[in-house]
Formats: sequence, C-alpha cells, structure tokens
Amino acid sequence: MVDVVVTPQSIAPSPVGPVEASERSKARRETIRLLLRRPAFIIGNIIIFGWIICAVLGTRITPYDPFNDFARGHLPPSPEHWFGTDRLGRDVLSRVMVGSRDVLIIAPLAALLGVMAGTLLGLIMGYYRGAVDDVLSRIVEAFLALPVILVALLTLVVLGTSPIVVIGVVGILFTPIVARTVRSAVLTERQLDYVTAAKLRGESGLFILSREIFPNVLGPTVVEMTVRFGYAIFTVATLSFLGVGLQPPSPDWGLSVSQEYTNMIGGIWWSTLFPALAIASTVVAVNLIADSLQSVLNE
Amino acid sequence: MTRYLSRRLLLSLITLWLLATIVFVITNVLPSDVGRTILGPFAPQESVDAMNQRLGTDRALIVQYADMLRRLVTLDFGQSFVSQQDVLPQILGAVGRSAKLAGLALLITIPISIVAGLYAGRRRDSKRDRAIVLLGVTSSSIPEFITGTILVVVVGVQLKLLPVLATPPANADILTQVRYLLMPATAMAIVYFGYIARMTRSGTIDVLQSDYTRTATMKGLTTSQTMRRHVLRNALIPTVAVIAVQIGYLFGGIIAVEKIFNYNGMGATMLFAAQHKDLPMLTAGVIVIGIVYMLATLGSDLITAWMNPRIRLDA
Repeated sequence: MVDVVVTPQSIAPSPVGPVEASERSKARRETIRLLLRRPAFIIGNIIIFGWIICAVLGTRITPYDPFNDFARGHLPPSPEHWFGTDRLGRDVLSRVMVGSRDVLIIAPLAALLGVMAGTLLGLIMGYYRGAVDDVLSRIVEAFLALPVILVALLTLVVLGTSPIVVIGVVGILFTPIVARTVRSAVLTERQLDYVTAAKLRGESGLFILSREIFPNVLGPTVVEMTVRFGYAIFTVATLSFLGVGLQPPSPDWGLSVSQEYTNMIGGIWWSTLFPALAIASTVVAVNLIADSLQSVLNE
Repeated sequence: MTRYLSRRLLLSLITLWLLATIVFVITNVLPSDVGRTILGPFAPQESVDAMNQRLGTDRALIVQYADMLRRLVTLDFGQSFVSQQDVLPQILGAVGRSAKLAGLALLITIPISIVAGLYAGRRRDSKRDRAIVLLGVTSSSIPEFITGTILVVVVGVQLKLLPVLATPPANADILTQVRYLLMPATAMAIVYFGYIARMTRSGTIDVLQSDYTRTATMKGLTTSQTMRRHVLRNALIPTVAVIAVQIGYLFGGIIAVEKIFNYNGMGATMLFAAQHKDLPMLTAGVIVIGIVYMLATLGSDLITAWMNPRIRLDA
C-alpha cells in the first residue's frame, strides 16, 4: 500500500499553467479597469443597456399598445403622448421603445456572421500567403469596390426581402472588410518567434492557426466585432428606410422614418425625428464602445 | 513609373472583371428563375417564359456569363424594362446629377476635416484632440438619412433657411443650385468628416514621430516650415487614399439622401429600378459605380505615388 501524497505538482499538470492563467486574468482585469475609466465607454453601455431593456420588456413598459391603440393621427407631443402620435394615431414613444427589438436581433447576427467568416478567411490568407492569398485578396478587393448599400439593394430585390436574407447579405458584404483587417494582424504575428517555435515542434497548420495565432489576434477581432455591429445597425436601418429591410407593421426605427418623413415638410416632425434620434443614439453608443475598446487594447 | 502604372491598370481590370462576376452571380445564379423573380409568384407561366427569353436567361449559365462579359467590354448594358430605352445614357445622366451633389459634399468636408485632423494630431491626447476624435466618431456613425432628417426638421422646417427639396427650378444659376443642394450635401459631408479627420490625425501623428521630422526640427526649421515641407505632404497620403475609398461608398449613401430630399440622381434611379425590379438598370448601375470607384482609387494611387517617390520607384 502506497500513500498517495498530494503535492502541488500532481494537481497542476505543469507549473507554468496556473501562473499563465492568473497573468491572463490579471491582464483582463487591467483592461476592464482601463475601460471603466473612460466616460465614453460607460455612456455607450448605458444607452445600449437601456435599449436592450426596452426590447426585452417591450409592451410591458410602454405607455400605450404600440400596434393596436389608435388615437387621432399626428397629434403633437403633449403630456398624454410625450412624442406625439403617428399618421395612424399610434403612440410614437411606445413604438420607438419597441422599435429597438428587430434591429437589436438582426444587426448583431449580421455582424457575427461577417466577423466569423472574415476571421476565418483572414487567418487563412495571412498564414498561408502565396497563391491562395493572392486570389482571395483580389476577390476581397473587388468586394470592397462595391457600395454595400447598393449591392444589398440589388440582392434583396433578387432574393426577396426577409430578416434572414438581410442578415445573410449584410454579413457576407462585411466579410471581406473583416478578412482584410484580420489578415494584416496575422501577417505581423506569423513572423514572431512563437510561431516559428510551433512550426519547428512540427505542429500542424490548423493547430498553429487556431491555438497559437488566433488567441493573439483576438484583440483586433473583438474590436472589429463592435465596429461591425455599429455598421450593421447603420446598414440595416438604411435598408429599412429604403423599403427593402424590415417590413410593416414592424415598429422598426428605419421603417418608421421611411413611412413618416414626407410629413416633415408639413411641420409634422415628431413622428420622424424621434425614431431618427433613436437610431442615432444607438449607433453612436456602439461606436463609443468600439472606440474605447480600440484605444485600450492598442495601449 | 510606367511599370507602376501598367501594373496598377492591370490590377484595376482584374478587379473590374471580378466585380462583374459577383454581380452576375447575384442576378443570374442566385435566383432559380429570373423571370419568375421579376414578375412575381402570380404571373402566368407564358409571361415568365417570355421574360426569360427576352432577358436571355433561358440559356445555359456559361453562355449567359460569356454574353455578359462581351457586353461589358462593349459597354452595352441593354434596355430598361420600364422606359424601354438604353440603360447607359439614363445612368450617365443620373451619375452626372449625383456627382454635383457628391462633389459639393466633398468640397465642404475635405478642407474642414483635414484642418481638424491636423489640429488634433498636433495636440495629441489634449482635451481638444479628444473632443475632435469624439466628434468624428459620432459624425461618421450616424447614417446620412438621419442627419438629413434632423437637418430638414431644424434648418428647413423650423428655421426656414434652406429649401427642403434638392431639385432646383429649371435653368437655375449656379448659386441657386448650390442653395438647393446645400442641405443634402451637408448631410453627406457630416458622415465623411469623421473618416477623413481621423485619417489625417493618425497620419499627422505618425509623421510627427518620424526621424525626418526630428531631423527637420533639429536642423533649425521653424514649426510652420516643418509642417509645410515635411508633415503636410506625408500626413496627407493616407487621407488621399481614404477619400478615394469613400467615393465608392458615397454612391451607396447617396441613395438614402436623394430619397429624403427628393433629388433625381443615381440613388433615386437605382431605388426606382429596385422598386420595379428593373434588373438591367440595377446591374448597369452597380457596374458603373464600380468603374467610378476604380477610377477614383486609381487616381488616388497616382497622386500618392507622385507625393511619395518610395512608392513609384519601388514597384
């Protein structure tokens, strides 16, 4: 019978492991601490959090039913209707509150699709170089020559408009932009010693890409994700305004502006201005967060 | 320089070919039945067949692709479904009207953004620098149709300073035209301010940290001499590139602006074509804008090569 002596070594598989982990969490805490010192980051998060609450609670916190409560059309802002009513007499404040819902589902999914596909493409292009990179770089270049809104318009006309198609089109149009960013990050990483060491150890290309290089380009990828999220809101709102994004009776902000903007000239500004300001506040908030992340991670 | 130029031209042509191929995939490969897509689910089969025959979409894809490339080379984009007239003259007219709007937007935004970027870059991390960066982030993140809407409400409706529609009366003189275009152009200018100012700022910061700027300062040049002879020229290289890239983007954003201000340019033409599923018009529009973008980036690369000998002698 041998006594099992529990030594620190037998718990930890290697002495480097736990130290590395604590270093990493320390670095992460430091990043968060730096972020929390930036007012732009905090303001951005408060705004986004507010819209998420509106989206989740929806009709439970709106003063009126945003869909089926018809007062007189185009009532100006008053104590009863803070933001006035739209052309059908629905409460603008209630519709603006619920209007965050669609865009807060579609835009992050589109951004996620673009970032995932773009990161994969960028890793491959940056690591393997050569003919693969040359061909893909040309294709990326061609995609960048296309105005996003116009190609999205063309595709949505051809395929018909639905939330899934909007997510797919916006995601695919963002892919080359993300790929280019990740590719250039990989290009600097692959010359570093740790990659050479892994190659000499005889690791496979897949292992080096996923376990060695990818964690080191995570910073730019996270930044790219927030930046793309902002652009996705921008693009989806514009497509809805053009009539090929979300469809009625959705209270989506871009769609509301599209349905009401012709009334502005007649002095009925509230039904357009408030959804417009809602879009503005959201994109600005996301970009404030993205900008803070970018400068903290680059320091 | 000749080698650089010919290499650059070849790359442009390859990009143009790829661009046309992407558009071909979207319009001819993605939909299973192009005629059905245009006419809708309730059209009788005979009309769908007739439409496919008229468009040539009843042929094999490879034949359609070869035909598309032949027409691209001869700049033959076919006829519009709606007006039954050749697409190209209509598009060129619309591009011309949009170019007026876009040109005015660039004329407003370029000087202001460059001055702001240089100012911020020289005062890196000061309060004023942060204010300009924040303003840039905010301005470039708001879609044009939102800034347009806010401008219409405040400047057009409440203050009644400028006309709310962009189309000037017929035979208007240049000043009247500018007055009508000022508000939509400002809506576009605000979006580009952020991009251009940010690029100029980071270009300035890079150049100020460089060895040749230090040498210039140490050999006794005054600050304004250093700025003029060394900093400005080099700091503006990334700015020129970003302006060219924005020209392609400009034609995307212009669609919404033209809708808000009811201006009959490229954006309105594309939107009208989209509403009527006028595929020849849409396809030609995307390709013409692609060509405009190629020319703009080509131009910017030539300006960059002229500004920086390292680029033109390297290639």
